[in-house]
Amino acid sequence: MESTLDSVNRAEELANKLAAESGFDEDERHRIALAVREAAVNAVYHGNHYDPQKKITVGFESSGSALTVTIRDQGTGVVPEEVPDPLAPENLLRGSGRGIFLIRAFMDEVRFRTLDPGTEIILVKRRSAPPTASQNQTCRGPR
Amino acid sequence: MTMKASTRQVDGVTIVDLSGRITLGEGSVILRDTVRDLLGKNQKKILLNLGDVSYIDSSGIGELVSAYTTVRNQGGDLRLLNLTKKVHDLLQITKLYTVFDVKDDETSAVKAFA
Repeated sequence: MESTLDSVNRAEELANKLAAESGFDEDERHRIALAVREAAVNAVYHGNHYDPQKKITVGFESSGSALTVTIRDQGTGVVPEEVPDPLAPENLLRGSGRGIFLIRAFMDEVRFRTLDPGTEIILVKRRSAPPTASQNQTCRGPR
Repeated sequence: MTMKASTRQVDGVTIVDLSGRITLGEGSVILRDTVRDLLGKNQKKILLNLGDVSYIDSSGIGELVSAYTTVRNQGGDLRLLNLTKKVHDLLQITKLYTVFDVKDDETSAVKAFA
């Protein structure tokens, strides 16, 4: 996908759709879609800096136990541990820096992996109830 | 759904009725420009009505915070009205619910500026 806000919106819409098909309720769908949106924004903005030569890849996998979303960029990499804590009193009134915090808050598992070049973030949301047969599927967006 | 903003005056308070999504891009820019225009007209008592805001992301939250600090730094005040559950939850989780003065009744919200 191109490094644009349209791609961010598309990733969010896909996440919402697949979360619904995977059986997550409305509140959980909102949290999953927002986490995917934040990760996609990080990829196109902080990772690829809207560079038209660089792409992002968004992949979804719905299993019986969880929905897993993988987002890759081709940027210079991030060190999530270096992002200031947005809940610290000195950071509370900052105008940015809450994206990774919200991703961690809304997903059950968040992993970062350094690529060459780029960064991969893997988001996992576990299901609380067993799915039906139609809720097992894999979808990968175009690169 | 793109964001829309309209303003009205009630007892010296400017109420900004927002609807749609406050997200990175157009939504955040509309909010920023609206607050900037109000401050340019010396309208510094601002009540943001978020009752029809369906969605907000971290950029939108950042824009609310920036609007709040900008207005306060110019001697004004900015309060929030009618949070949806989603926006309420986001402000809770980011600890900003304690920063903003949040109201759910327009009349009492306007009186609070006095």
